[in-house]
Parts: sequence; structure tokens; C-alpha cells
Amino acid sequence: MAESVPAADVHAHDDHGHHEQSFASKYLFSTDHKMIAMQYMFTGMAMALIGGFFAYAFRMQLAFPGMDVPFWGQVSAAEYNALVTNHGTIMIFWVAMPVLIAAFGNYLIPLMCGCDDMVFPRLNRLSYQIFLLSAVVLIASFFVEGGAFGGAWTAYPPLSAKAEYSLTPLGSTIWVIAVALEFVAFLLGGINFVTTAMNSRAEGMGMYDIPVVIWMIVIASILFMASVGPLIAGAVMLVFDQTLGTNFFDPDRGGDPILWQHLFWFFGHPEVYVVLLPALGITADIMATFSRKKIFAYKTVLYTTFATGVLSFMVWAHHQFIAGVDPRMAHVFTITTLLISIPIAELCFVYIATLYKGSITLSTPMLWALAFLGEFLIGGVTGIFLGASGADVYFHDTYFVLAHFHYTFFPIAIIGTFAGVTYWFPKMFGRMMNETLGKIHFWGTVIPFNCIFIPLFFLGMGGQHRRIYNYENFPELAGQGMQDIRIFATVSLLVMLAFQVVFFINFIMSLRSGKKAPNNPWRANTLEWQTPSPPPHGNFGSEMPKVYRGPYEYGTPGREEDFWPQNAPS
Amino acid sequence: MAMRPIATTRQVTGIPTGRLATWWVIGSEIVIFGGLLGSYLMHRLVNMQWANYAAHTNTWAGAFNTLVLLTSSLSAVLAHHAASHGDGKKAARYLWMTMGGGALFVAVKAVEWTHEIQLGYTISSNAFWAFYYTAAGLHALHVIAGVIIMGIISVACLKNEDLHRVELIGNYWHFVDLVWIFLFPLLYIAK
Ligand code: HEM
Ligand SMILES: [Cu+2]
Repeated sequence: MAESVPAADVHAHDDHGHHEQSFASKYLFSTDHKMIAMQYMFTGMAMALIGGFFAYAFRMQLAFPGMDVPFWGQVSAAEYNALVTNHGTIMIFWVAMPVLIAAFGNYLIPLMCGCDDMVFPRLNRLSYQIFLLSAVVLIASFFVEGGAFGGAWTAYPPLSAKAEYSLTPLGSTIWVIAVALEFVAFLLGGINFVTTAMNSRAEGMGMYDIPVVIWMIVIASILFMASVGPLIAGAVMLVFDQTLGTNFFDPDRGGDPILWQHLFWFFGHPEVYVVLLPALGITADIMATFSRKKIFAYKTVLYTTFATGVLSFMVWAHHQFIAGVDPRMAHVFTITTLLISIPIAELCFVYIATLYKGSITLSTPMLWALAFLGEFLIGGVTGIFLGASGADVYFHDTYFVLAHFHYTFFPIAIIGTFAGVTYWFPKMFGRMMNETLGKIHFWGTVIPFNCIFIPLFFLGMGGQHRRIYNYENFPELAGQGMQDIRIFATVSLLVMLAFQVVFFINFIMSLRSGKKAPNNPWRANTLEWQTPSPPPHGNFGSEMPKVYRGPYEYGTPGREEDFWPQNAPS
Repeated sequence: MAMRPIATTRQVTGIPTGRLATWWVIGSEIVIFGGLLGSYLMHRLVNMQWANYAAHTNTWAGAFNTLVLLTSSLSAVLAHHAASHGDGKKAARYLWMTMGGGALFVAVKAVEWTHEIQLGYTISSNAFWAFYYTAAGLHALHVIAGVIIMGIISVACLKNEDLHRVELIGNYWHFVDLVWIFLFPLLYIAK
């Protein structure tokens, strides 16, 4: 294709935008990257509501065992398992991935790279359609005979492999198929993210003129591609075990259940960086804009990220310290796990150095970005405890682990997303969001978040195991002191969920009657801000931008303006 | 038809975008088969008795199929050669030869499997046979997919359209070939 079409960048879009499009071709079958980004974003948000509702239902059961939960009813043990399992599955695969990678990736890569679309627009559409199908399939599993799968989002066999154990003959197979479909959607999506950033950048945009967020999404896509293969093979094996009676994972007949753990975590650990990196990228761009400073050590950020990516393939067995891994092997994985915290810590310092002596504006997006840094630090630091195999023997499968990964995932998937949405909202919808409501929502989310999960660290250290339906059955965990803490966490969750209403009000009110957004409300340098809000079809009108400098030239001495758009001729 | 987006016409790295995308697909396939074969090898190394099960596979059928696939890779190269000289008709003819090779491969597989299943070696017999059918089956699916895509491309070739795609499907076909080069010794020869 590259040979057959002349690379005429100018005026190619003049004949666009005149023809009327039907509703279906505009909203359902569009190949425009901005529309596909919106589809991913709104699907992800809808799934977040479902995942959040699940958390509400099972947390109510934990705080008030046996209670008639409003909007759900009595939570049975099987339902509890299904809720927890699918809460985790949804939040990672149907919220964090689609919003952070697919929605922001689709929206930002063409705009920030100065081109008009992805290089494979129809493949892009197909990727969303498969993603949507996967979401529908997952939700369908709640309505089949036996109910949805309840064997945890990690789906360890033999529990997940045999209907006699899982008691969900259909649900467990549907669950694996849904996850596998989601993987296919993201493999297809990744083609576009990587090739568009490689091959379709604006004239003059070198490798080191690419905004950090684009780098991060591209590296995340590569990490995903390189790690998910074995688990796809594993998913095929698991489905065969469930349906054809093979015995890949059945120890009775020559299979090996630990094999699944290896396949799962070989993917599972890089996956946490797959979602972390886009969030890091989003907050990096926001911090630079709102401290009016160059990102500290741009190239170091990239090298550090590569190092993290490589190391992330060498740590997976830290999830299996008590699964019979040879202790000598455990040492190796302890060391690699402690090693990987070095580049991550370095990134945190880079961010702090970017803020240092900046002229900081505490706008809503900036508040989210700062909260991301602070909260994620807690998640990262507690990870070091778990990475030490000696300590992990005690911590494994307690609420300490649970609190740890929520201190990582929540900043990533929720705080990072709100940072990105509030930052790019003016560009996406052409209106400003309300700052007061934004700040109310911010504090109403971040404070209850800490109130939910800090107590869970202490419950975990007190020996509270995960995946237990009713602690009244465990005398040493049933004391009133521990129960009070559970109730406190659940009430905090209710408060946090209630504050999300503020966000939706703000979102809808701003959409309809927010102040009209100028092209570049934050006075930022990157290319998406140098075109109207929202960008027209084709993104940049008749003339595609040319790039003259890097994305973070803020406060350049001797310039009147304190910013310097990438496409402004000097 | 709408204008092609400008994005699809750019080539900043100098490498055609289609080729980059094909490498991405092959990369993801390598890790899928890598995971599967890695798992098989780990089992194989600790389960000495698997050699006895492997003794029941038909090495001659496997060897014949290896030859078929290698030959079909050659015609894929010739198709690429013809396409790069702008000769769509010739490229299509070579693609058909490759497709024929793929079809023959699958036919041999079918006969082979029928025989094995009749002898009672099915996918659920034990973990060796599970790997055998899963790995070879996944590979055969790739052969079938390749044949179908090649058919579509050869039709375009007859009209001298999108000739660059011949190279891309060729790369994919070599990859499918290469996977078999790993499968054949691991499943058939090692006894
Ligand atoms: C709305 C606030 C949230 C609350 C109150 C919450 C609460 C919980 C609780 C209590 C569990 C464990 C239940 C058990 O094992 O007994 C859980 C599991 C899980 N959560 Fe959340 N969660 C929230 C948000 C999130 C987010 C944003 C993510 C990811 C992006 C997430 C990912 C997970 C995962 C993956 C699991 C299962 C982990 C495993 O079983 O190993 N959660 N959640
Ligand atoms: Cu990990």
C-alpha cells in the first residue's frame, strides 16, 4: 500500500466532512480513531460500573454476613465467588486495559503524532468489535445454568478445569473464552498502536520528540504482545481440559496444575506493567504541563521503562512462592523482584524532580496526577515486602496482598483514568469541565480509597485470609475488632461510590453546558492541542502539522510565552 | 470510497507498514507456539515414558508432510519473485501451487489422525496425546488460514492489484513452515 499511494500530505482531506453520515456509520461502524476511542472509553466505564457494583455486593456480605443486600439480595457462597472473580477480571481486562490503552491510545496516538488516523482503520474497528463481543460473552456467563465462574481471576486448576470442583460447568468455559477474545482484541489493537507510532509520525517528529504517554502506550502494547502468547496457549489447554476431557492440568492423569500458574503469571506480571505504563505516561504529560517544566530526564525515563519491561518477564514466580517452587528458585525471583523496584523507584524520583521548583497549578487533572504518584508509592513499597520470599510465606493470600495490589491498580486504573479524562476532556468534547465539582469528586474519591484499603493491610497482617465468604465461621478471625474494621472499609466504599455520582453529574453537565474550550486551554505543547477542540475529521484541517522540537519545551528563557508548541516554526 | 487516511500513506521508518504488521502477527504467534511447545518440553523432560507414546506416531507421514511444506515455501518464494517483477498472473499461479501444498498437508494429517484415533489414541488418552493433537491441530489451523488468505490474495493478483501482499503472506507461510520444523522432531522423531 505504501508504494501505490503518493505521500501527498496536503489537502488530501478537503473533500471530507461534507457527506452526511448515518447514525450507524457514524457511531457504530466508524473507522475514525476518535470515535473508536470513545467506544472503548464508554464501554470501559460501563464495565467499571458493573465491576464496582460487584465490589459493593461482596463487600456488603463481608461487613454484614447474611444481609439482604439492596439491589442484589442475599449473597450466596457461590454468588460471592462469582462476584469476586468477575470483579477482578472486569477491572483489569475490561476497565484498565480498554480505557488506559485502547481509549487513550486510540485517541492520542494519531493526534499527538500529527496524523489523521491509525494506519489500519478497519482493523481498529474490528478490534473494538471483538472487544465488545468479549464483554457481552463475559456478562452472559452470569445467566447460564450453574452461574458465572467463581474460581478467582487467576483461574487455577484443578478448580477451574473440572466442573465437579467449580460447579460452574458452563460459566468457567465462557469465562476463559471471554478472556481469550479480549486478548485477541488487544493483539489486533496493538498492531495499530505500534505501527502508527512508528510509521505515521508528522514530518520532523524524531523518536525523542514523541510525548512520553505515546511511548508508554507503545511499550505497553509490546509487553502485552510478548507475554500473552503462553497464556493464550494455556487458555486453549484449559478449555480442552474443561470440555474435551484432556488432562494438561490434571495431576491424576499426568498433567500439572503448576504449569497453569507459570503460564498465567508469566503473562500476569508483565500485565501489571502493561496497565501501569499508560498511567505513568498520562501523569507525566500532565505534570509537565502543570508545573510548566520539561520532564526531568526524558531519555532516562525511556531507558528506565525499557529496563522495567525486560525485568518484568523475570519475576513471575513471586506469585508462587508457596506453590512448591524450589527455595533456591525463590531466591532468584526474590532478587529479580527487588531489582525491578529500582527502575520503578527511579521513575518516581524523576516525577518528583519534574515537579521540583516548577510553577505548579493545582488543577483537577494535576491533583489526580499527584495523587497517582503518592498512592502508587504505597502500592510499590508494600510490594517489596511481598517480593521477599521469607515474608511472603506469611503474607501470601492474605488481605495484605489484596491491599497491596489495590494500592497499585486503583491509582492506575481509577486515578490515572480520571487524570487523563479531566485533562483531555476539553479536547475530546470541546467543553471545559467544572473545576469545583472536579475537586469535590477528587477528594471524595481519594480519601475514602485510603479508608478502604489501609485497614485491609492491618487485617491482612492480623492473618485475615482472602477469598473467604463469611468470617464468622473462623473463630480466630470472627472477633468484633476485626469485624469493625471490615465494616469501616465497606462504609468507606459506599462513600466512595456515592461520590462517583458527582463525576457523572460533572461529566454530563460539562458536556451539555460547560464553557466552550479553546484549542489549547492548558497552554501545552503537544500537537493535539494545536488543533480545534474537538478536532475535526482528519484532525488537522487541510495542512498536516510539521514538528520542530520536543514536547516539553516549557519556560524557555528568552521567549515571551512560557510554552513552545511542537509545531510552531521558531 | 472514502479517501485513504494520510496515516496509511506514511512510512517514517522506511519499512512498509504492512511488513511491520506482519512481523507483529508473527511475533505474537511465536510466543503462542513458544508457550505451548515450552510446556510440552518441560513435561517431556521429566516424563520418560512419553517416548513410548511418541513411538506410535507416524514418522513417515510427518516426514512426507515436512517435504510438502518445504516445497510449498519454495513456490511462495517464487510467487514473491514474480510479484516483485509485477507479474500478477505468474504470482497467482505460484500461490496456487503453495495452496495445493497446504491442502495436501492437511489431507495427509486427516488420514494420519483418523488412523490414530481408530487405534484408540485420542486427545484425552493422556497428556502426551493431548499435546500432540493440540499443537499439531493449532498448526493445521494456521495452514488452513494461510491457504484461505492466499486464495484471496491470488484473486487480487490476477488483476495485478496489491501485489505487495504476496510478500506478506509469504512471510507468514515461512513462519508456519518453521513451526512445523519444530513440531516434527518434537512430536514424531524424538522417541
Ligand atoms: C471500587 C473499589 C474497590 C473495592 C472496594 C475493591 C474490593 C475488592 C476486594 C475486597 C477484593 C477481594 C475479595 C476477596 O478475595 O475476598 C477484590 C479483588 C480484586 N480486585 Fe478490587 N476493589 C475495588 C477496585 C478495584 C480496581 C480498580 C481493580 C483493578 C483495576 C481491582 C482489581 C481486583 C482484582 C484483580 C481482584 C482479584 C485479585 C485476586 O483474586 O488475586 N479492584 N477487590
Ligand atoms: Cu507480580
